[in-house]
Amino acid sequence: MDILLPVIIVAAIGLIAGLGLAFASAFFAVPVDETTEKVRECLPGANCGACGYTGCDGYADALGKGETKECNLCTPGGNDAAQAIASVLGLEAGAVTPMVAAVMCQGNKQNVEEKLDYSGVQSCKIATQLFGGPKNCVHGCIGFGDCIEVCPYDAIFLCDGVARINPDKCRACKKCIKTCPRQLIDLFPLDTVKAAVLCKNHAKGAETRKQCKAGCIGCMKCVKACPNEAVKVENFCAVVDYDKCSGCGECSKVCPVGCIDIYKIKKHF
Amino acid sequence: MTKELFSILLTAILTQNFVLAKFLGICPFLGVSKKLNTAVGMSAAVIFVMALATAVCFPINKYLLVANGLEYLQTIVFILVIAALVQLVEIILKKYIPALYSALGIYLPLITTNCAVLGVVILNVDNGYGFAQSMFNSVGAGLGFMVAMVLFAGVRERLESCQIPKFMQGLPITLVAASLVSVSFLGFTGVVENIFA
Repeated sequence: MDILLPVIIVAAIGLIAGLGLAFASAFFAVPVDETTEKVRECLPGANCGACGYTGCDGYADALGKGETKECNLCTPGGNDAAQAIASVLGLEAGAVTPMVAAVMCQGNKQNVEEKLDYSGVQSCKIATQLFGGPKNCVHGCIGFGDCIEVCPYDAIFLCDGVARINPDKCRACKKCIKTCPRQLIDLFPLDTVKAAVLCKNHAKGAETRKQCKAGCIGCMKCVKACPNEAVKVENFCAVVDYDKCSGCGECSKVCPVGCIDIYKIKKHF
Repeated sequence: MTKELFSILLTAILTQNFVLAKFLGICPFLGVSKKLNTAVGMSAAVIFVMALATAVCFPINKYLLVANGLEYLQTIVFILVIAALVQLVEIILKKYIPALYSALGIYLPLITTNCAVLGVVILNVDNGYGFAQSMFNSVGAGLGFMVAMVLFAGVRERLESCQIPKFMQGLPITLVAASLVSVSFLGFTGVVENIFA
């Protein structure tokens, strides 16, 4: 009979704790919006912040409360998530153009020389503050990989001193775009043939020439060659409007420095 | 009496620091000490839960377990009570102070299984402390946890900007730093006794 008392005591404490929690969860229940819950289930749960909200919960909350009607903001979820959310909320699903991030720079060791032997903190943000970074070009990739650190999908790697992005792993969450101190990373449309200007150097042509062998010198040849008026030169650097670009490749052929390339990025799996 | 209570408080904070001298609660110490604000949030939650757990467990131990000669049930009963208590606190916080709830976030449920909280309750019993002494000891233990967390968060933020050899990056250098901070706390040995001598 000695065993009875301890069993009763532990069982009683367990019962009181259990019942207490059960009552507390009913008594202090916070009403959760049903639509918010349903929307949340449609989202992938990566909490990457590509939608511009604090995470999947934040986006679901905003949709559920009707603060936003845009249900195509989730890039990792893509079309599937947008359709699912739209059916929950009874909204029109705008199409999600599948995108992938790409580093618009060719400033590798062959093209750009180093102007200082930098041995400080291995971070682009810090290195860029010291004479505009270790490389000659003050607009190009520094190559310390701040974007690699921030990428939640392990999609970015360094290739010859320049960051490159593996399209198979990239989910277009835009974290690297926000991190890059040089704003070199852009979203590029997937599965379509488009021209990409692999330079963001806004210095004048002659200066760019001194800095990088593959830098855009703003010569306007591509602007004249483009049949669709998709290429513009802004601040001495060519920019492609992906909506107008047909991917014909005329601009790439006339580019004297080879900084425009024709790409079709696709996912292999 | 007051002298004794403050001696217990300071001992728990400095000489017998829970993290750095007793090696309890190492998991959150390494896990959430990366940034100063999360370290402070976690420590605040630990102080609160330690004090509450002691306040509830002390009467249960004295009037239920010891009175019936069931001291061997302490571990299981304390775990039960602490886990239920933390859950209750979480539910109430969610309802009435959602700002604090979202600030504490995952740390509150993490404390449920924190051995430092169970440790402080059991050590109170082992040392034969009365209620006031137990409360001072647990608040001191919580404050000591906070001191250790805040100090170590500072160390880790410094480590971030260091060039560390590849094989030491991440956890290895963190453990080395933790042991150095722990050794530095040996310097407090004898301090408390001499303050109140």
